[in-house]
Amino acid sequence: MTDLLVLAAGGAVDLPLGITEGGNWFLRNAWLIPLLPALSFVVILFFGKRMPRGGSELGIAVLGIAFVLALLTGAAWIGHRDNYHGDEIHRAVVVVDDGGHSGADAADHGSGGGHAEQSLAVVNTVTWFQAGGVEFSVGTLVDGPAVMMLIVVTLVSLLVHVYSTEYIQDDRRYTHFFAFLSLFSASMLMLVISENTLQLLTSWELVGVCSFVLIGHWWEEKPNSDAALKAFLTNRVGDMGLIVGVSILFFSVGSALPDRFGSFSIAETNALASAGMLPQTALLVAACCLMAAVMSKSGQFFLHTWLPDAMAGPTPVSALIHAATMVVAGVYMIARLYGVFFEGLSIGGSSINLMAVIGGITTLVGACLAFVQRDIKKVLAYSTISQLGYMVMALGVGAWTAAMFHLFTHAFFKACLFLGSGSAAHAVHGFDMKSDMGGLRKVMPHTYRTFVIASIALAGLPPFAGFWSKDEILVGTGGWGLFGGTGGNGAYTLMLVMGMVTAALTAAYMTRCVYLTFFGEFRGHGEPHESGRRITVPLWILAGLAVGAGLLNMPSGFQLAPGSMQERFGHVVEPVAGYFPVISHAGPSWSLAIASTLVVLTGFAVAGWYYFVRVEAASAAAGRSLTELPDGPTSRYALARMGHTFLVNKYYLDHLYTGIVAGGTKGPVAAAAYRFDQRVIDRGVDLVGETAVSAGRAVYDKVDQMVVDGVVNASGRVALDTGGKLRKIQSGRIQDYAAILFAAATVLAGILIVIV
Amino acid sequence: MEYLLDGWGITLATFSPLVGVAIMLLIPREREDQHRMVALVTSLWVAFVGLLLLFWFDLDATGRLQYVVDEMWIDVIRSRYMVGIDGMSLPLILLTMLIVPLCIIYSWDHFPEPRNPKAFLILILILETGMIGTFVAQDMVLFFVFFEIVLLPMFFMIAVWGGPNRRYASLKFFLFTLFGSALMLVSFLALFFLTGAESFVFAEIADNVLSHGVSRTAQLWIFGGMFLGFGIKVPMFPFHTWLPDAHTEAPTVGSVILAAVLLKLGTYGFIRVAIPILPEAAVEWAPWIGLLAVVGIIYGALGCLAQTDMKRLIAFSSVAHMGFVMLAIATLTDFGINAAIMGMVAHGLITGMLFFLAGSIKERYHTLEISRLGGLLVQAPRMGWIFGICAMASLGLPGLAGFWGEFPAILSAYSPANGLPVETFRTFMVIAALGTVLAAGYLLWLLQRVAFGSPPDEFAENPDIVDVTRHEWLAWAPILAFIVAIGIYPNLVFRVTDGAVDASLNTCLKVNVVELSAAEIEALGCADVYDIGGGDEHAAVGG
Repeated sequence: MTDLLVLAAGGAVDLPLGITEGGNWFLRNAWLIPLLPALSFVVILFFGKRMPRGGSELGIAVLGIAFVLALLTGAAWIGHRDNYHGDEIHRAVVVVDDGGHSGADAADHGSGGGHAEQSLAVVNTVTWFQAGGVEFSVGTLVDGPAVMMLIVVTLVSLLVHVYSTEYIQDDRRYTHFFAFLSLFSASMLMLVISENTLQLLTSWELVGVCSFVLIGHWWEEKPNSDAALKAFLTNRVGDMGLIVGVSILFFSVGSALPDRFGSFSIAETNALASAGMLPQTALLVAACCLMAAVMSKSGQFFLHTWLPDAMAGPTPVSALIHAATMVVAGVYMIARLYGVFFEGLSIGGSSINLMAVIGGITTLVGACLAFVQRDIKKVLAYSTISQLGYMVMALGVGAWTAAMFHLFTHAFFKACLFLGSGSAAHAVHGFDMKSDMGGLRKVMPHTYRTFVIASIALAGLPPFAGFWSKDEILVGTGGWGLFGGTGGNGAYTLMLVMGMVTAALTAAYMTRCVYLTFFGEFRGHGEPHESGRRITVPLWILAGLAVGAGLLNMPSGFQLAPGSMQERFGHVVEPVAGYFPVISHAGPSWSLAIASTLVVLTGFAVAGWYYFVRVEAASAAAGRSLTELPDGPTSRYALARMGHTFLVNKYYLDHLYTGIVAGGTKGPVAAAAYRFDQRVIDRGVDLVGETAVSAGRAVYDKVDQMVVDGVVNASGRVALDTGGKLRKIQSGRIQDYAAILFAAATVLAGILIVIV
Repeated sequence: MEYLLDGWGITLATFSPLVGVAIMLLIPREREDQHRMVALVTSLWVAFVGLLLLFWFDLDATGRLQYVVDEMWIDVIRSRYMVGIDGMSLPLILLTMLIVPLCIIYSWDHFPEPRNPKAFLILILILETGMIGTFVAQDMVLFFVFFEIVLLPMFFMIAVWGGPNRRYASLKFFLFTLFGSALMLVSFLALFFLTGAESFVFAEIADNVLSHGVSRTAQLWIFGGMFLGFGIKVPMFPFHTWLPDAHTEAPTVGSVILAAVLLKLGTYGFIRVAIPILPEAAVEWAPWIGLLAVVGIIYGALGCLAQTDMKRLIAFSSVAHMGFVMLAIATLTDFGINAAIMGMVAHGLITGMLFFLAGSIKERYHTLEISRLGGLLVQAPRMGWIFGICAMASLGLPGLAGFWGEFPAILSAYSPANGLPVETFRTFMVIAALGTVLAAGYLLWLLQRVAFGSPPDEFAENPDIVDVTRHEWLAWAPILAFIVAIGIYPNLVFRVTDGAVDASLNTCLKVNVVELSAAEIEALGCADVYDIGGGDEHAAVGG
C-alpha cells in the first residue's frame, strides 16, 4: 500500500515508515491481549463477590491466557522479524519550509537504503473518532519492544496475581483489589502496543488512576490516601508536559505531511523526526515537555518524590506497578518515540544532554537515599528510582538496546525483591528492618535465598542478569577513556562515571538491606515462619529469571557463548526500520566489564566489612542484635551527620512540594483568589445593583416627586399611578427591572445604529 | 413518519412540555401522584420524539439544517418561526431531553421544601420548552424569546425552593443574565437594521453581513453586545459571580438543570450566532475571549481550592470547565469548536451528576461542609464509588467523557484559526494544561475528604445515611452510562458535530492566509476578515 506522491513547491519524498499491515495472525490481533483483562475487570467488579474465590481465579486465568498469547506473539514476531517480505507502508511527504535542504536530507535517510535488513512493525488501526475533518485512529503497533513488554507485563502480572491470593488473603477489599489488578494490566498492555500518542496518553493516565486506586487501597487511613493523592498529582504535573508535547508533535507532523491537519501516529512522527523533516526547535521543545512526563511517571529527579510514598500500597502492587511495569512507562515512551528524542536532544555525537543528565543524577540521588531508609520497601523504592535513572541515562546516551534490556532484567529481579520483602513483612507484620526484622534467613530460607539472588542480580555481578544489562549501559556511554571501546553515539564520560559510582553504591545498600533483614538476630515480635507456596513459587520463578535473563543478550564477540546466543535480545527487540533513528552500537569491552565488576565487589566488600564484621562484632559485644555501630561516623563527624540529616529529609524536596508549592496553592493563593472574587468582583456586581437602586430612588425622590409630581399634580390620579410604578423599583419587583432594561436596550440599540 | 417528523417533529418536541403544563394546570394541587405521572410521561414523550428525530436524522449531512419549518411568525417585525436541527444542536437537544426526565425521576418522592410538586414540575417543563426552543431556533427573535423563557422558571425555582440566601441569589441570577440579554437584544436589533435584512433568520443575516459591508467598528460593537449576553450565561470570568450563589442556593434539580443545560445556552450562542454571523469581529475578539477563558480556568480552580462547601466547590469548577470550552471556541477552528461541543455535553453530564450527588449527600448528612464529611465509601459504598467516578471524569480522565472536552480543547489552542496570534494561543494552551493539574487537585482533595477515611463521629451511627436508592439509580444510571460510553467512543458526539461545525464556520476562517496572496484573499471576499486593505500588496497577517 503506497500513498500517492504529492508534488508541491518543496518537492516530494517517498518516506518509508517501516511498518506493514500484514503479518502473522498473532501480530495483527495483539489487541486481544489488553482486551481480555479489560473484560475481566468488568466481570470481577460486578460479579467477583459471587465467585467462589472472589474473582481472583478469573484474574489469574485471564492473565494466564494473556501470557500465553504474549508468548505466541513473541514467537510470531521472531519469525516475522527476519522473514516477512510483504508490502511496506510509505508516506509521501511534502516539505513545506526551506524545502531544498531538508528534502535532500530526508532522501538520504529515507530512500538511501540506510536500513539494509528491515524489521517491519505490524500496525493495524480502526477509526476511533473524527473531529475537524480529521480521522483519529486507535490500533496496535507490534514490534520488538512492544512484544518484549507484552511478555514482561503479562508474566509479572500473572505472578503477582498468584502471590496476592495469599498475601492479601482476608483483605477487606479482596475482589476490588483483583479487579483493579486486571484493569491495570489492561491499561499497561494497551500502553505498550499503542499505535499513536493519543492512545498512549489515554493508557498512560489509566495506569496512573489504577496506581492511585491501588496505592490508596486501604483508604481508611489518611497517610495512604495522602500517598495516593500525591502520586496522582505529581503525575498530573508531568502529564501537563505530556499533553503539551503530544500536541506539539501532532501539529508538527501535520504541517510536514501533505493535506494533513495533524497526526498522532507514532510511526509517522518517528519517521519524520528521524529523517530530519521536522523542525529542530519543535522537536527540542516537544522532547523537553515529554521529559517532564517521564520524570513524573518514571520517578526521575526531581519529580520522584511520590514513588517512595507509593509504598503505602499493598506490596504486590509495589512489585507490579511501582517496580516492574508502570514506572517504566516513561522509559518505554522514550524508547517508543526515540526518533523525537534522538533528534530533539541531539543525542548522537554529543557528550551531554538533558535526558542523560537527568538520568545520571537520578541514579545517584536514588542510590544515596536508599542508604538511610529503615523501611525495607523504601530501600527498594529508592533503588527502583536509581535503576530507572540508569535506564533513562542509557537512552540519553543512545544505548537504546541496553536500556530496554535493563528494563527487561530489572523487571524480574526488582519484582523478586519486592515480593521477597513482602514475604518477609508478611511474616513479621511490619516493614521496618531495624525494629521488625533481622535473622530471618533461618526461618525463611526460600525468601532469603531468592532475595539474595535478586540482590546480586541488582548489584550486577556476573553472570547474573543485572550484570549484562548494566554493563551494556556502561559500554553504551561511549565515554570509555582508558577502557578503549568502539562505536557509541558520543562520548558521555560523565555518565560512565555516574554509572560506575552507582554500581558501587547499589552493591553497598543492598548488602545493608540483606544484613538488616536476614542476618543478626530477630528483633521483632512473634514467631515468623516461611510463607506458603503461592508466595515462594513466584519468588523462585523470578529469581530464576534474575539469574538467567541476562544470558539472552550476551555481547557480540563474547567467546564463551555460541554465536547464536550473542545479542539475541537486541536483534529481536531493536527496530531496524524507517520509524527508528539510525543509532550506532557500542562494541563490548572486556576491560570495562572487569572494571565494573571490581567496582561492584568493592561496594560489597566495604558494606560487608561494616555490617558483617564490625556490626556483628559490636552486636556480640553488646549482647543484642545491633543495626549500626554505636559510634559510627554519623555520631563522630559533624559533616557526616549533616549529610545524614540531609538524606533523611530526602533533600527537603517534600517540604518544598507539599509545604510550599501544594500548600501555598491550596492555602494562601487560593484564599487570595477567592477573597478577590468575593471582595472585588462580586462586590462590584453588588455595587452596580445598589447604585441602580439608589439611582432609581434618586429619580423617584428628586425627579418624580419634585419635578414630575409637581407638574402632574394637577391631574392627580395619573401621577399616583406613575409614582406607584416607580416605587416598585425599590421593592425589587423584577418585572419592572425587566421593563426598564428593555427600554434601555432599545434606546441603546438606537444609539448604536446612529453612531456606528 | 418521516413526513410527519419533517413538518412537525421539532414543534412537537419543543411544545409538548407546554401541553403537559396545561394538563397539570387542570389537575388540583393535592393530586401529587397525577402531577408526577403527567410530568414524567410528558418528558419521556419528548425524549421519545427526540429519539425519533435522531433516528431519522441524516448523519451524512449533519451540516445541513434538518426538519426545517419556516413560517411567518410576527409579520409586523418580520420575525419568522424558523426551526431546524443540525449536528451542532442535536447533541445538546438530546442532552436536554435526557436530563429533564431524570430530574423528574430524581425528585419523585423528595421534593425540596416547600414541596408543591405541581408548581415545581410545571416550572421544569416550561424550562424544557425554553431550552429545546433555544437550541432549535433559527431566527433571532425566536431565539431570544426562548433564551428568555428559560430565565423565569429558574428564577422561581431558586427563589421559592432554594436555600437560606435564596432571595439574593435568585435576584442576582435574574438581573445579571437579564442585563446580558438586554445587550444581546441590542446587538440583534442593530444587526437587523444595519444589514437591511428581510427577516431575523440567522442564515440571511449572516449573508447580509458579508454582502452589505457592515462597518468593522459596528461589527465589533455588535459582537461585544453578544459577547456580554452569552458570556454572562456561560459564565465567563469576570461575569461569573452569579453562578456560585445561584448553585449554592438552588434546589438539587435546579442546580442540575442549570449546570447541565442552562450554561450551554451561552456557549451555544457563541457558536450558533456570534461567530458564524460576525466572523470578522470574532477574529478580533478571539484573543480576548481566549484570555478570559484561561483566566477563568485558573481562577475557577483556585476558587475551588478555597471552598469549604461541596456544592459551591462544584459550582466554581463549572467556571473552570466552561473556560476550557470557551478556549476551544476562541480558536475559531472546526477542531476547537468540535471540542467545545464535546466539552459542553461532557460537562453537562458530569457536573449535572456531581450536583445530583451533592444533593443526595446533603439529604443524608444535612450538611455539605467538607470538613464535616468523610467516610462516604464506608457508609454508602456505591455512592462513594459513583462520586469517585464522577470526580475522575470531571478532572478529565481518559476513558470517561470529560477527557474529550478537555484534551482536544488544549490541543486546538496550539493551532488557532488563521489570523489569530499563534504565540498567544500557545501560551494559553500551557496555562490551560496547568488548569488540569489544579482540577485534579481540588477534585481529589474533595474526594479524599468526602469519600475516604472513616465516618466522623456525628454521622457514624446515623440511620439516615443509606446507599443509593432506587430512584437515584434510575436517575443516575443513564448519565453514568453516557459518561463511560462517550469516554470510550467519543465519536458518539464527534460524528454528529463534525460536519455541522465545518459548515457553520465562515469560509474565511478556514482559508490559509499564509499561503494565499492578498489578491487571492480579496477574491475570496475575505479581505475584511483579515483587515487587508484593498490593493495592498502584502498579505502577511498573523501567521
